[in-house]
Formats: sequence, C-alpha cells, structure tokens
Amino acid sequence: MAIKTYLQAISDGLREEMRRDQRVFLIGEDIGVYGGAFKVTQGFQQEFGEDRVIDSPLSETAITGACTGAALMGMRPVCEMQFSDFVSCAFDQLVTVAAKQHYRVGTPVPIVVRLPSGGGFSGGPFHSQNPEGFFAHCPGLKIACPATPADAKGLILSAIRDPNPVLYFEHKHLYRRIKGEVPDGDTAVEFGKARVHQEGSDLSIITYGAMVYTAEEAAKAAAEQDGTSVEIIDLRTITPWDREAVLASVAKTSKVIVLHEDTHTSGFGAEIAATIAEEAFETLDAPVMRITAPDTPVPFSPPLEKAYLPQPGDVLAGIERLAAY
Amino acid sequence: MAKAAETPPDTLLDKDTALRLFRMMALIRRFEERTEEQYTRARIGGYCHLAIGEEASTVGAIDALEPGDCLYASYRDHGTALAVGSEPVAVMAELFGKETGVAHGRGGSMHLMDVQRRFFGGWGIVGAHLPIATGTALALSYRDLPNAVLCQFGDGAVETGSFHEALNLAGVWDLPIVFQIINNQYGMGTSVEQSSAEPDLWRRAAAYRMHGERIDGNDVLAVREATARLMGIARRERRPALLETITYRFRGHSVADAGKVYRSAEEIESWRKRDPITRFGLHCSERGLLEQDEIDQVWSDVAAEVKSAIDEALGAAFPDPDTLYEHVYGDSAWREQFSRMRAGAPFGERGEERTWQT
Repeated sequence: MAIKTYLQAISDGLREEMRRDQRVFLIGEDIGVYGGAFKVTQGFQQEFGEDRVIDSPLSETAITGACTGAALMGMRPVCEMQFSDFVSCAFDQLVTVAAKQHYRVGTPVPIVVRLPSGGGFSGGPFHSQNPEGFFAHCPGLKIACPATPADAKGLILSAIRDPNPVLYFEHKHLYRRIKGEVPDGDTAVEFGKARVHQEGSDLSIITYGAMVYTAEEAAKAAAEQDGTSVEIIDLRTITPWDREAVLASVAKTSKVIVLHEDTHTSGFGAEIAATIAEEAFETLDAPVMRITAPDTPVPFSPPLEKAYLPQPGDVLAGIERLAAY
Repeated sequence: MAKAAETPPDTLLDKDTALRLFRMMALIRRFEERTEEQYTRARIGGYCHLAIGEEASTVGAIDALEPGDCLYASYRDHGTALAVGSEPVAVMAELFGKETGVAHGRGGSMHLMDVQRRFFGGWGIVGAHLPIATGTALALSYRDLPNAVLCQFGDGAVETGSFHEALNLAGVWDLPIVFQIINNQYGMGTSVEQSSAEPDLWRRAAAYRMHGERIDGNDVLAVREATARLMGIARRERRPALLETITYRFRGHSVADAGKVYRSAEEIESWRKRDPITRFGLHCSERGLLEQDEIDQVWSDVAAEVKSAIDEALGAAFPDPDTLYEHVYGDSAWREQFSRMRAGAPFGERGEERTWQT
C-alpha cells in the first residue's frame, strides 16, 4: 500500500499491465518522447520502446480505427485522446464500428480509450468537456469514471482486460490534486460495482468522477452546519452502473441528489433519476434533484467557469433544500 | 565597393511597407513575450501557445490579404489577431478572460476571433477549421464575390482526416482558397518526420491536382509575395493552392512545455540565428529603407503599446456570472429553460394552479 496521486495510479496501472501482458501497447499523440500532454506516460517509451509506446500523428479517427483493427487480431491496445474533447473526431469509429463489432460478428474489441476530461482551470470550450453522456447512450461501449487513485488503477486494469471497447474518463482536475492509498499488485476493480464514498442516513448523493469531492465538501459543511448526514455513492463506472447500490441507498435515505459535471439535458443523471423514479418511487420522500453543469459550452473566463461548474456551495444549497422538503 | 551589388535596392519594397511589416512583427513579438510573463504570473488561465519565431509566416501572409478576403487560423493565434488589426488591448483582455476581450472572455487564447475584420477564428481543435474555411470559400464562389480565403494551420493538422477532405473538396469544386501550412516542424513534441510519411508537406497538393509550393517562412517578403500571388490566382481563376512556409517556434508547444525534450539546444540556436525579425531589420537597413534609430523607435513604441494594452486589460471587468446562459443559442427563447437548471431553481413545488392530467 502506498500513497499515490491519481495520475501516478493510472500510470502504474498501465505500466504493470504492459509488463504483464505483451499484447498491451499504447498509441497516442505525444505520448512517447514528450511523455503525454499530462505526463501520464512519462518514461514509458524508455521502458517499453517505440513499438509499444507509439507516437501517432494527429489522427483520432485513424488512432481509434487502428486500435480496433489490432484488437480484432488479438491485441489489447490502449489509445489516448489528448483531451477527451477530441474524441468527437473518432465518434464514428467508436459508436458505429467498435461498439457494434461484437454484435455484428461476435469478434471482441478489447480496446481502451483514455480520455482526460473535465474543467476547472480555464481550458475553455474545446478542452474542458465531459462527453461521457454521448457514449453512455450507445450500447456496446463500457464507460469508467474513476474518482480515487485506487480506482484509477483498479479500473484501468479492468478496462484493459475487458473484452469490450472501454472509454476511460480520467478527470484532469484530479491528476495531481488527489492523493490516496493504492493497494500494491494486481488490484483490478470490477465494473458496475459502486463504492460508498461515505455513509449517511438523511440523504444520498449519487455521483462519479471529480464531483465525488465536490459532494464530500458539501456533505462536510452540511454535517457541521446542522448534523445532516449525507451518503455519497461513487458509481465508478456508468456503463454498466450499479443500480442496486443506488436503489439501496435511496431506500435507506429516501432523498437523493444526482450530481455530475456534464451538462444537464440528457446527461447521465437523467438516466439515474428516471431509474429511481421507476424503481424506487415508493421509497422517496422528495423529488429527485439533479445538480449538473448547465446546458452551455464550458466558458473560458474564470468567473464564468466557476459559475458553470457545480460548486460545493451549490450542492450544499441542494442538500439544505432537500433536507427541508 | 562590391557592397552595392550584394545588396541591391529592393524595388518591391517601399519604406511604408517595410515599416508596416517590421512594426507588426515587432508588436507580435513583444506582445507574446509579455503574454508569457502574464501567464507565468497566473493572470492567464488554461493553455497558452506562443508563436515566437513564426512572425514572418503570419505577418507576410496576412499583409497580402485584400479587403473582403477571409482568414482562418490555428490555435496559435495571438499574432494572427494582431496582424488582422484586432486591438492589442482586446486580445490581451481575451487572454485574461475579460468581458472586453475579442470573444468576451468565452473563448480565451485559442479561440480569438474578429469577424468584422474577417478573421474567422483561431481554432482549438487541430485541423477542424479546414473544412470550415473551405465552406467559406464555397460561399464566396456561390455568391460570386471577388475574394478568397486564406486558411492557416500547423504541420500537425496535415495528418488529420480533415486536411484530406477539405483539400479534395476545394480541388474538386475549384474553390478560391489558399491553404497555408505554417510548418514550425513540430506538432507539439513530435517532428514532421515522425508523423508524416511524406515530410515534404507541400507535395500533398499533387494528390488533389493542386498547386503546391514550399518557401522560407522566416522571410516575410517571400511569404508576402507567394501569398499575394496564390491568393491572386484564387481570386481571379478560382484555383486553390497549398503553400508551405517553413519556420520554427523558439518556445515550447505551450508555455508549460520548455520545448527541450524533443529537440536539441543546437537546433534551437541555429534557428535563432534565422530570427525573422532581426533578419528583416537587417534587410531593410542594408537597403536604406529603415535607419537603426527608426528600428529602435519601433521597438520602444510597441513595448509601450503592449504595456498599455496589459494595463487596460487588467483593469477591465470579468464577465458577469449572470451572463453565463447568454449566447448559447441565437435567440433568447432558451433562457428560461436554463434558469431551471441552476441551484435554487424550482424544485418539487406544486403551485395551487397546477393541475394534473389524468
């Protein structure tokens, strides 16, 4: 067990799996000599060579397509979109090709697409998005959104070993800010199993990724303020997602906030809220509340971006309203 | 005695033009040096890409534009905005995220835009603007306007699928557009040789039966001449072209990159000796177009201009968070919907007047 940053944990997971499995190789823009835009793969080319840490041209379509083609031949490629925003260039390759390949002919496509996502430091409208919602709508893809260093490592291991195309969203604002204990060795984390980030009894916050920490800060303030006890469920993966854990928490607290950094309309929170309404209506003591980014692009200007991203204060205000309902 | 023969008077260049070109390159250089400093002082958020060393490729090409021509650029666009005439204070204000910025603080460094000056943007997704610029050329052609589009991008964009699709369309539809590759030799930290199966990027033009040409992008006059000639052909004959201007960025990919892992100190130094501004200054003074005291005056003028731009931009207001929901759509009908998403929005309230359909 060692304390690692979120970024180190991803890096460790990739490195260990590459050491363990020769079929695993990396493709991406500036992941080799440069070490990756965020330095997740720093030193990888020295250790694994240019054949396994491949610097590619700026060609997201070709990168993703090439991964799929290599996966059909039994490889386990991991590609990096330099920013998750750039994945839209590869949308067709993921949604039309990779996601449907197994359904079409039964051939697995064990690829991982790493997607540095999220805002918080004025990346502006093209470098701050959380596009997981687009892909959650597409059958055939799996989606991981780790929040902790332990999950960052555990889920990258599972993602690489998964026989399906996996989109692995790594939140840029967690990279160096979040540190935590990461178990040594082979610590794969199962997809579709939520984690109780903190237990509580008055209301539940269902979230994932960086918003786990926003929820935590708000919950702490609520507890100090009037003893409100908030349970935080970290989904870890949104395809598949752990309905049972969510419904169990709702049954326990009867009040629920669904929180994410992606935009509001058709965000993944809508799916969670709808499922709670369908399957846990009787246990609810209040309407389901969604707290999300609004339906606007991510603004560059710092005060606008702060207003855009759900803040602990916004969540605290939601907790107060829900608790009082 | 042989000196006159070595440095013939430049009949293509008059003093006003020389001063204009020199002044603009100097302004951009000074602006970017001060920008780097503002970034390291945390006054600029996000990402910041400087084009120090590439001024001739930007200024020479943009100086060849005529009124009504349209311009597109990559994300390395501070100099582009200045060269089209955007106010330095408005560009700096944008970098600071201020309401008075050229994009009202919504875009930032990579997304400068000045549509009134027909600068249709810096673009933050590599290669994404090539098809858009092609569409602008289609509109010029469709409306039978006598202008053309200049579309600038880096060597990295050449490897995107958009490059192929855009050039093919421009070729097959005979569009008035010049695609300018500002080849600074590295897409981030990956060299052209590592990323391109044909490192002579200009040769790609042949695939589209298009004119292709490579020139010294650190020679502002050569860039200006080639751009004027190819834009002239595009305007008059509706023929696209691919122009590759070879240059070099002295700084790293972004301010966060020292730019030394993937290239040698010797290589950087060898390009510093070909600094486009020093070189053009020498060219002008050798030919008697600019005196040393005039050159000194330009440097001191642009330093003062940039300083006042910074001071004024620092004093400008940030956008009001209440305006977050504005501008997302072209009409205001959605504003009310947005208001429902905010924390504190209507939640579970059942007004007296509300009836449920059964």
